[in-house]
Amino acid sequence: MARVELKSVRKSFGAVVAVQGADVVFEEGSFTTLLGPSGCGKTTILRMISGLETPTDGDILIGGKRINDVPIHKRNLGLVFQNYALFPHRTIGENIAFGLKYRDVAKADMARKVTEALDIVRLPGVEDRYPSQLSGGQQQRIALARAIVIEPDVLLLDEPLSALDANLREEMRVELKAIQDRIGVTSIFVTHDQSEALAMSDRIIVMSAGRIEQIGAPDEVYNRPVSEFVANFLGASNLLDAQVISRDREHVVLETAEFGRTPVPLSHAASLGDGPAAKLMIRAEKLTLAPVGQGGATAKVENVDYQGQLARYFLRVGDTPMQAMNMIDGKPFATGETVSLLLNPDACAALPPKTGAS
Amino acid sequence: MPAIPADRRPWILLTPALLFITALVVIPMAFILVYSFYENIDLAVDVPAFQFGNWQDLLSDSYYHTAIWKTLRLSVIVTVLAAVLGYIPAYVIAMTKYRHKWLLLLLLILPFWVSFIIRTLSWIHIFGNQGALNGLLNLLGLGDLEVQLMYTEFTVIVGFIHVFLPYMILNVYVSLEGIDPNLEPAARTLGATPWQAFREVTLPLSLPGLAAGSLLVFVLTGGSYVTPLILGGPSDFLFGNLVYDAVVTELNWPMGATLSFALLLLLGSVVILYSRFMGMDQLAKAFGR
Repeated sequence: MARVELKSVRKSFGAVVAVQGADVVFEEGSFTTLLGPSGCGKTTILRMISGLETPTDGDILIGGKRINDVPIHKRNLGLVFQNYALFPHRTIGENIAFGLKYRDVAKADMARKVTEALDIVRLPGVEDRYPSQLSGGQQQRIALARAIVIEPDVLLLDEPLSALDANLREEMRVELKAIQDRIGVTSIFVTHDQSEALAMSDRIIVMSAGRIEQIGAPDEVYNRPVSEFVANFLGASNLLDAQVISRDREHVVLETAEFGRTPVPLSHAASLGDGPAAKLMIRAEKLTLAPVGQGGATAKVENVDYQGQLARYFLRVGDTPMQAMNMIDGKPFATGETVSLLLNPDACAALPPKTGAS
Repeated sequence: MPAIPADRRPWILLTPALLFITALVVIPMAFILVYSFYENIDLAVDVPAFQFGNWQDLLSDSYYHTAIWKTLRLSVIVTVLAAVLGYIPAYVIAMTKYRHKWLLLLLLILPFWVSFIIRTLSWIHIFGNQGALNGLLNLLGLGDLEVQLMYTEFTVIVGFIHVFLPYMILNVYVSLEGIDPNLEPAARTLGATPWQAFREVTLPLSLPGLAAGSLLVFVLTGGSYVTPLILGGPSDFLFGNLVYDAVVTELNWPMGATLSFALLLLLGSVVILYSRFMGMDQLAKAFGR
């Protein structure tokens, strides 16, 4: 167990910058997710920590020691790959014991540790089978067992759930988190799946195009995104052009064509600059549909995506397309209906207007 | 189209190949087996018979035993050298991040565009007394050494390696290419040095290709006669040369037939024993998905 620190870490492949100046601390025992679309640099960061890539600039510290020049096999890390990467010519027992061979572990202890690791991942008794005889989910458990049996300082997880099918993925997500809680290892998890990130992490690092967009607890990143990218990447959001009308000690008042004046709590406007232009962000599930005549904005229902307990509405307010997600109480609103659209200002956020580059 | 029962489909698909092999291999080989019992009474004069004289000659004459021994020995030497020399380029081609990998593979196939006889003859211009090597030594002022390399076992081995190495490289390359590229990094993060990761993961997983390449080179070497004929001295003959001598020089076809069939049995049993003991089915099990 150890704390991991990146200090102005940059990585470029030729002219392509994969990671630009990342400064991050992964606290001891925490579960941190690197979240972003493919090509955003999240896997490159993981590979640099593991030693499979070398940073172009900057330092990587594990447990306070700079490890840039420490070869991979001396870093004491557990790495779990998306495609499991089990050794097909070795039995499950040999796969798990692989890392123990390079550590001073007595033969008898080795067998005991393998059994323990298999118990932790809840697959006892498969020592003598070959990887190809197990299902994908079982293979991923073995890969996890192989990584944790060496008691690594850091557990690195490179999209470990994305090769599994949906049901299994959710089950493994809960289990993976439970195992991490139990052994308490500092874990860094890479994913492009926002629901995995929100469900599992102590902290989420949202990345885009090699840059860190936001670092925060799941509810922070979800409710108080600091950029349009974060707002769009996590959950369904509506972003409306707005003008800053006034500011006081608690609120910043934004005016939009659709909703008029909306007082947004200052704590939800951290990234807003001094300029007059802004964006008002409203989560789809924080917009409530009501029978017409109840105030708010007047909207027309253009489409309904029925999801059982939830309905997702595609709406139009004037010329602006919007979406809302509501629990269904009785009968959902129908396509073509005109409704009142109500928002809760405390659940909104104020973002800076999109700047040219990003 | 009428439905074909599933268990007959493989046979239907195999039929053209089986007909071909039967007509062009099995039936001619059967003729050769029959011919090996004929009696040769004079140059090119054979009498149909059923007698074991030729086979008795083969079993009793130590000249033939020497040839068998030489053939097996040289085939093993060539195979081992080809395995060692071929693994390295195969590994480089499989692991390179060079964008034009196809170019490297093309270079490997390039020699096949030139006749194998011409490629073999080219060594005379390199190793011969007036060849490039001695010319170079002359230039360096070491001319009086007059290295005699031509027409020795060494040149025969060089000639074989030259011709058969691509088969080894291609076979090893294909099996290296099929290995999950995450396996070596996985071994590294678990604590293996680069060399340990190679020895524990990549090497064992590439064994099927190495085994297939080795078998191919062994059988090809064991069955050849042209390379020693061109590059070897009088004592550098293989079993294949005896067949050539019997058929072409001595015009003793029954003996030639006997020797041919003996070579087939010899190499055939090597193939069978090899696949038994290499435990290839065990590896196949590990990869079976």
